[in-house]
Amino acid sequence: MTTPANATPASQPHETPWALWEVFVRSSRGLSHVHAGSLHAPDAAMALRNARDLYTRRNEGVSIWVVPAEAISSSDPDSKGSFFESPQGKDYRHATYYTKSEGVKHL
Amino acid sequence: MTTPEQKNTDFAIEGHGDISVGVRGAGASGDGSASATRITPGNALRPEDIALEIRKGQVKPTEDVAEYALRIGDDGLILAQRLGHWISRAPELEEDVALGNIALDQLGHARSFLTYAGAAWDKSEDDLAYFRREHEFRSAHLFEQPNGDFAVTIARQFIVSYYQFELYKRLTGSTDSTIAAIAAKALKEVDYHRDHTAQWVLRLAGGTEESRRRIVQAFKLVWPYVDELFEDDELTARVAATKAGVQPSSLRADFDQLTGEILSEAGLEEDLKLGAIPQALGGGRQGKHSEHMGYLLAEMQVLAREHPGASW
Repeated sequence: MTTPANATPASQPHETPWALWEVFVRSSRGLSHVHAGSLHAPDAAMALRNARDLYTRRNEGVSIWVVPAEAISSSDPDSKGSFFESPQGKDYRHATYYTKSEGVKHL
Repeated sequence: MTTPEQKNTDFAIEGHGDISVGVRGAGASGDGSASATRITPGNALRPEDIALEIRKGQVKPTEDVAEYALRIGDDGLILAQRLGHWISRAPELEEDVALGNIALDQLGHARSFLTYAGAAWDKSEDDLAYFRREHEFRSAHLFEQPNGDFAVTIARQFIVSYYQFELYKRLTGSTDSTIAAIAAKALKEVDYHRDHTAQWVLRLAGGTEESRRRIVQAFKLVWPYVDELFEDDELTARVAATKAGVQPSSLRADFDQLTGEILSEAGLEEDLKLGAIPQALGGGRQGKHSEHMGYLLAEMQVLAREHPGASW
């Protein structure tokens, strides 16, 4: 980064780095927001704008959510068994015994 | 840049700076495989479309409109070249992309305006960008000012974006349909540039003591080049008379009011005292440029002049 000759070095060292935000993009009306990636930003307003620049440059979206990464709680990868394997073999939990009405795309 | 001979099935660089395929409606919405990163090219006016209309003889600017379009195109071209220097050098990766985006938007507008202007003299956008000499460029001095630090680039872009927004807003009603179409596409992009730079002006002014010192210093550096943007002359009077263009002075009141609102929200008016800042001489519209222009052009034009006719 270039600085003008008359600039003094910053009086304080670089502050804390920008917070991490998770980005969710809705590609068209009626669909859910889908996780697109993450970015750094100083605050929510700039996070939205950075998301627009990074994740919707090719007409991917009509709506963006940004969420502070620290606000997301995720499941523990080590407890995969107790969390996710119980439904296996329980076919009756799926609506496979019904015929879908015509024209229903997102079911 | 692409050659005028390209067919619309080829890849083309569009105004937003991306490679896009000339297929309309690809990836239309409503399929079940919704991805957050689906690409659609969209449907906007591209420089190639203008070049095609020119070749078919459907559009041709008058000499005055061409000169007028040349000024606007040169502003965008020179600024894009300046902004491009930030790629890989911005303070954060995200801002690197943001400045790169603004640069590509500006380049897209410049390509359209220069393509259209060139139709009057049988010259392509590349002829005008790479094979004119310094005194033949018609950009105002603000656009060729060095990047300085991040604050200087933001202050320069803030002024440019508010000026361009007012200009394009009025040009959407131009009696010249091509000028009106280019302005309509550019307007939405410049609106975003306004927002992005205003956000940064507010944050730099309200951030640390150091960031505030830098944005104040930045505005003092670039403000002398503001008056030139709003100077009328014989050409602008003629294009305003036919309603193909506007008198730059007619944009000043709105520019002052809207920039004033942001600067006052940022609490900068006291520190800046903009009215007291002496104005530079100008002369860019007549091809008189500052010492910075020669270096900028040398870098911008070297490849095309070393390898005339080269294409990617």
